[in-house]
Amino acid sequence: MNRKQKRMLARILVSAALLAALHFVPAEGPLRLALYLVPYLIIGYDVLRRAVLGVVHGEVFDENFLMAVATVGALALGEYGESVEVMVFYQLGELFQSYAVGKSRRSIAALMDIRPDSANLEQDGAVVTVSPEEVEPGRIIVVRPGEKVPLDGRVVEGVSALNTSALTGESLPRDVAVGDEVISGCVNTTGLLRVEVTKPFGQSTVSRILDLVENSSMKKAKAENFITRFARWYTPAVCIGALALAVLPPLVLGGWAEWLRRALTFLVISCPCALVISVPLAFFGGIGGASRAGILVKGGNYLEALASTRTVVFDKTGTLTQGVFEVSRVFPAPGVEEDRVLEAAALAEQFSGHPIALSLRQAAGIESAPDRVKEVTETAGHGVTALVDGVPTAVGSARLMEQLGVAFRPVEGAGSVVYVAQNGGFLGGVLISDKEKPTAKAAIKALRAGGVRTVMLTGDGEAAARQTAASLGIDEVRAQLLPGDKVACVEELLAQKPSRTTLAFVGDGINDAPVLSRADVGIAMGAMGSDAAIEAADIVLMDDDPAKLSLAMKVARRCLAVVRQNIVFALAVKFGCLALGAFGLVGMQAAIFADVGVMVLAVLNSMRTLGAAKN
Amino acid sequence: MKKTFKIEVDCANCAAKMEQAVQKLPGVESATVSFMTQKMVVEAPDEGFDALMKQVVKACRKIEPDCEIYL
Repeated sequence: MNRKQKRMLARILVSAALLAALHFVPAEGPLRLALYLVPYLIIGYDVLRRAVLGVVHGEVFDENFLMAVATVGALALGEYGESVEVMVFYQLGELFQSYAVGKSRRSIAALMDIRPDSANLEQDGAVVTVSPEEVEPGRIIVVRPGEKVPLDGRVVEGVSALNTSALTGESLPRDVAVGDEVISGCVNTTGLLRVEVTKPFGQSTVSRILDLVENSSMKKAKAENFITRFARWYTPAVCIGALALAVLPPLVLGGWAEWLRRALTFLVISCPCALVISVPLAFFGGIGGASRAGILVKGGNYLEALASTRTVVFDKTGTLTQGVFEVSRVFPAPGVEEDRVLEAAALAEQFSGHPIALSLRQAAGIESAPDRVKEVTETAGHGVTALVDGVPTAVGSARLMEQLGVAFRPVEGAGSVVYVAQNGGFLGGVLISDKEKPTAKAAIKALRAGGVRTVMLTGDGEAAARQTAASLGIDEVRAQLLPGDKVACVEELLAQKPSRTTLAFVGDGINDAPVLSRADVGIAMGAMGSDAAIEAADIVLMDDDPAKLSLAMKVARRCLAVVRQNIVFALAVKFGCLALGAFGLVGMQAAIFADVGVMVLAVLNSMRTLGAAKN
Repeated sequence: MKKTFKIEVDCANCAAKMEQAVQKLPGVESATVSFMTQKMVVEAPDEGFDALMKQVVKACRKIEPDCEIYL
């Protein structure tokens, strides 16, 4: 408890004790009122003050005003004890709320506590401990076993294993050696590392993640906006109801005091706080819990959108498959040697950064031979044409061969096929395949079990794409896409999706920023260390495990379920109490209890979202 | 300019009302108040930002006299 809360607790105890003592004091008339006013003012002076200030400022319908009217009304009716009791209960409820919220706020904050406290900077041959903000790129820092890596950098000395679980939720340590990148927020487990800092603290991974998670509560979900809008008319409506209850029935039935009492009970129930707090708390808990599992959600609105996602579109490479290509087979044309096909392909592709080009170079064993190649033209999605040892060479897709009018023999198989032609004559085809991620199949199965339609986008040929999709259990495939086709494809799928559902696109964050932003929910995978992906996506999966996607969806659905439960439960209890209060079946104390009880249960229920990402 | 301020506000409904009040202030381009993280983000033109923040504080105090905004 903080100081404010402790003071409130003391006030509650003192006034409750005084109230109990006053039961045994046989005072009558004005003296009795004066005596009861002592605990009343002790417990309620701040409420009265804020109520008066509220009226002065034109904020009539706030909870302070309501409590003031209700309790002053009770005093006027001669219900001194009840008036003080109501104020005590109200303050107790407020205290409990602030304690519970503070506690959950701290436990969520603790989940996200990946901020490094200090860095060991090498300075003039000695190591000094400084704040990470003070370290500039290019300096050398020392990370001892057991310490957090404070800034992004590159290892210049030492070998160790890094625990990335705080960032990714993945418990398997990652081995690093000289030349490897290290990412801030990881914990160094075994060896001493000397690291050259590559980014200032403000741009380091850990700062970016903290920034993202902390700002996530600024992007409010629809449910959140709904509830604040609802609160705006709920309170005035109940107040008008209370006024009507106080005036209209007694005009007919008489018994002014009884109806006034019922009306005051109405006022007590009219505070919308339980509702208003339970919704953002649930989202905050869900986002906090997810971030611990390596799923960064940029706002409650995205969590909400993900919960109603019924179409998930995957970019195949890098999300469902590992994006590591290997030449699995060479199909040479009759009379051509395998090595010649590979060599020609590797030479033509030697300046390309595409993973397929890399695999061709690896298979041919050619690192770099810039003198042998001239006039390289690369067409995205088609391939490369170049002069290899002075001979015009084309390496690329079937479409490229058709364009050039080469009589080629099509190759079928799982993966991408690259055809090679020289001087217009067909040399052969190379089958390059990409390995499926081990968890991809289970992730797709989990998604489909949740009623999600899965679609795979790929640049692969139709047959190969179908084969991959079948082995993964994917519903639909769009094959032979050029990079630019993906946006159009997603737009077409957006038009097809059932109403009131959303579409999520999952990519590896490289070159798919336009698609990520076009989809209702853009999800980037394997984003650790990739700034562009973190920037473009709405939800960021820190590692590249497709299972995290189904986990993210589970968290989102659980979170929305809790939000719905809270809204329905709080409203049901409130309206129930209003009805009972109108018929005089509940008193003010019971009304307060109901109000505080709903709030506490809603807060506890919201905290369940924290654990939704576990298991 | 977009700036984040630490705030102290005790009730969720007040935070929501403060958000609305700040959004309505002339000169404020956007404003969000997060009760959970106890933060306020205000976006407004650079010129006169500090003067505007004084009005923001005033508007918030009107709603919740005990709230704090750490400028």
